Amino acid sequence: MTKKKNRNVGIIGIGMTEISSHKENQNQPEMINEAVRAAIADAGITLSDIDCVVHGNMELFEMIHQPDLWHMIGTGALGKPGFRITTGGTTGMTLVAAADNLVASGMYDVVMAIGFNKLQEAGSTTGGITNMADPLWYRHLQTGALTSTSANLSIEEFGEARARKAAMKHRIMMDKHASLNERAHRRFGLEYDQMEDLMKNSPPLIGELRLIHMCSQSDGACVMILASEKKAKKICKKPVWIRDHIAVHREETASNAYFPILSETSQRVAARKLFTRNGIDNPVEYFDVFEMYDPSAWWGIEWLRDFFLLEGDEAIKMVEEGDWDLDGKVPVNPSGGVTASNPISATAMLKPAEVALQMRGDAGRHQLKREVRHGLASGFGGVMWTELMILEKDLNW
Amino acid sequence: MNACRRHENTQDCFVVPGKMALPNQYFAGRVGSRFIISLRDSTKILGVKCPKCKSVYVPPLEYCEKDMTKIDENWVELGNEGVLTNYTVVNYRDAHLPRKAPYILGMIKLDGAEAPFIHIVAGIEPENAAIGMRVKAVFSEKTTNTILDIDHFAPVEG
Repeated sequence: MTKKKNRNVGIIGIGMTEISSHKENQNQPEMINEAVRAAIADAGITLSDIDCVVHGNMELFEMIHQPDLWHMIGTGALGKPGFRITTGGTTGMTLVAAADNLVASGMYDVVMAIGFNKLQEAGSTTGGITNMADPLWYRHLQTGALTSTSANLSIEEFGEARARKAAMKHRIMMDKHASLNERAHRRFGLEYDQMEDLMKNSPPLIGELRLIHMCSQSDGACVMILASEKKAKKICKKPVWIRDHIAVHREETASNAYFPILSETSQRVAARKLFTRNGIDNPVEYFDVFEMYDPSAWWGIEWLRDFFLLEGDEAIKMVEEGDWDLDGKVPVNPSGGVTASNPISATAMLKPAEVALQMRGDAGRHQLKREVRHGLASGFGGVMWTELMILEKDLNW
Repeated sequence: MNACRRHENTQDCFVVPGKMALPNQYFAGRVGSRFIISLRDSTKILGVKCPKCKSVYVPPLEYCEKDMTKIDENWVELGNEGVLTNYTVVNYRDAHLPRKAPYILGMIKLDGAEAPFIHIVAGIEPENAAIGMRVKAVFSEKTTNTILDIDHFAPVEG
């Protein structure tokens, strides 16, 4: 399978709300409209320049059916073509991928992608998530996004002490990054000398997974405006280019059947296919930043190995040596990641949005010191599927 | 073929019953809340007016739908009366409906508003409803902090 793009596509506008625990002052369309206005202002265009709108969330959280219709008053989609996309945790990135496809195909010149969730309006996100499981075989048994599988695998492979320490180090590193990001939701101000205490005293959720490891539950919206190469160059001084993206599905556990359909994680399959078809031999060398959808610190350390096609303890060693830190070999989640901010259906859009801001030099206090030319962003959807996207500062690949 | 399938034996095929009921809440926002508070505490229907395009929105919006102008501070008091610009009669019964059928759902263009909005019209038999008739808001005795703090619209006498 090769990438097929009829024409190049650039990100010309990015808008996001502050990510917070709750927003009583705004209803859903008002919150979305805040991000829409920000993205339009960022692109320096007006709503009339937008040809098409793609909109997405997970509707069993706010429990409003087909919110894209009601949100028309906030999205500016009035009288325009629109699509609604909902793919669970990956929704935010699927929205960007769809917008990219719509522009690359030649169908539309300028497409706006809108991802949001207002999780404080949800009484039970896990209650909503469990509805994806087969009612006969699994709905009553599954625990939604709360799982210890990844922790158990790491502990089995690296031993309790080393694995627990690596997960906690990743978690504290994420908090340190989030502390620099004004838009991040949870900023605890954790220090590395709290590791032992947190490993012991953070409330246990499932197995080895503790509250401190787990992603937040946030309110927020993210909007990205994509345009064809010709339009992007005309409208925008610093377009960021979407080079390629891939989705790898893996849903076998939704039916409560644990036979391995893929012998590897969807993260590794996605990375290998994407890098191979783009001629990237050494991803650690190549990428200047990676924004990863890390739903928990345990998943974070497991997937770094898969996304960078590393073997054995290479990735965990890089955690120990600080190679994923802001000044390390590949800075991971300068935004603070998903353990800090998680307005779910905006979350996976915040990943490429953050990469693009880093490339433009507009990230703010958490701007990386190095020049960011090649970026990678991932999305994750429960059960176990992956979206992966390569972004480029220059149109020269 | 269809005739055959109708007679398939489904005696031992389970049907798993479902009922999706998840708790949730809805943040009305500052603008929506002010509208409801005015209904509830002052029995006044408020709208917001766009200073740019002069549209008057009821229910109110934070930003003008047409030109994105910030309008959430530009409140205008609308009369509690208006014109029935269209209506229909609900003739079926269902648990989610607010009244027992038959009842009238009308489009009411309040005095000063740009566009009509939908509410229940009562105090009149369906066969006597007419487009163009004047109606006024009748407020609920008990608040629900929703648009149903207007109980219904009734014909204006005379």
